[in-house]
Amino acid sequence: MNFNATFIGQIVVFAIFVWLCAKYVWPPILAAMEERQKKIAEGLDASNRASKNLEVAQNKAAKKMTEAKAEAAELIEQANRRAAAIIDEAKAEAEAEAARIVSAAASDVDKERNLAREELRTKVAALTLAGAEKILQAEVDAKKHSELLDKLAAEL
Amino acid sequence: MASSEGGYHNSAEYIQHHLTNLTYGKIEEGVTLCDGSIAEHAHWGFAHCASEAAAMGFNAIHVDSMLWSIGLGAIFLLFFWRVGKKATSGVPSGAQNLVETLVEFVDGNVRDIFHGRNPLIAPLALTVFCWVLLSNLMDILPVDLVPYLLQLAGVHFQKIVPSTDPNITLGTAVFVFILMIYYSIKVKGWGFLKELSFTPFNHWAFIPFNLFMELVGLFAKPFSLGLRLFGNLYAAEIIFILIALMFGGGFVMAILGGVLQLSWAAFHILVIPLQAFIFMVLTIVYLSQAHEDH
Repeated sequence: MNFNATFIGQIVVFAIFVWLCAKYVWPPILAAMEERQKKIAEGLDASNRASKNLEVAQNKAAKKMTEAKAEAAELIEQANRRAAAIIDEAKAEAEAEAARIVSAAASDVDKERNLAREELRTKVAALTLAGAEKILQAEVDAKKHSELLDKLAAEL
Repeated sequence: MASSEGGYHNSAEYIQHHLTNLTYGKIEEGVTLCDGSIAEHAHWGFAHCASEAAAMGFNAIHVDSMLWSIGLGAIFLLFFWRVGKKATSGVPSGAQNLVETLVEFVDGNVRDIFHGRNPLIAPLALTVFCWVLLSNLMDILPVDLVPYLLQLAGVHFQKIVPSTDPNITLGTAVFVFILMIYYSIKVKGWGFLKELSFTPFNHWAFIPFNLFMELVGLFAKPFSLGLRLFGNLYAAEIIFILIALMFGGGFVMAILGGVLQLSWAAFHILVIPLQAFIFMVLTIVYLSQAHEDH
């Protein structure tokens, strides 16, 4: 444990250590660490941005969805209305047709009845004439009494 | 491996032997050599005993301290350099994690304490911390292991813990001191002299007193820095040596010695990084003071 030139030796040796460390050892290690720091910061930034983008996209999608829903609802509504209109129209047409058919039938019936009545009337006139002939036992001159007979037939 | 086995005559010799460095130096003419003869002419060579080493004075170098110091520094530098060369900014693994943890730890301390802008401070702090830590860690190796093996190889003295050599610790501290003075003058210029002259009493009449106080304070810094480390490690080493002596004292003493060895080593494990940390922090603080203009 003597004090000697080891002291000077250590000063020199340590100075060389520090110089080597400062020149060759410290910079690459710190550079790597700083670069990683930057990378991590960038990564966090990117993930932040991505999550923001995602949120925006989700909002957009939700908006689109509601829009589509509203459109669909409107379309359904429209279709319903249209269907109702078609049904109404069809109903009205059917009713009109029915009415037309009924009225046609009624006019037919009227015609038949009138025809029948006319026929009946002529037959009655003939019968009446025949009956009166029989009753009177005399020939009734149809031409003579036609006026009378017509009057009778009209009364029937 | 104590007294009887190691070939020592008594405990004092064992301790003395373990506290003697492998010294290479100049033996002057007329010095009493280990075998009792007188050196006929001055010559350079390894000291053969403690008294020869002491007689060499300043013209000697502790080869063991120096080589261990250089070796440990080289281990630190090579390891960090290799990791730094392959360092990736991607996911780090293994050695890079260790290195980055240390670098981040040191860098954090420098950022906390040192507010100037000097790219040398952080690598300096890292070198100080790692070198002192490795050097202190050598204390954990069994005191006889390396010296005994080297003795078998013919090397008679070996101290493997550089930080138990005051030359080494003071050398490191004085290197820090040189940087302190250099940066004080570089940053403050004449302000450095003014600072020394006008604190603590800001009056011209107190200049001699101030100078005396400040210079004492200034020169106390490297001494306290170097001697604190030396004192802690030297004391610990002596205790390890004393415990090692117990192994030669019979079965019961050997068991007791083993227990003591284990517990002292466990305690010392705390001292080792603590001293390295203190040395590093004080280095940063001193250099920070050198950069601060008042």
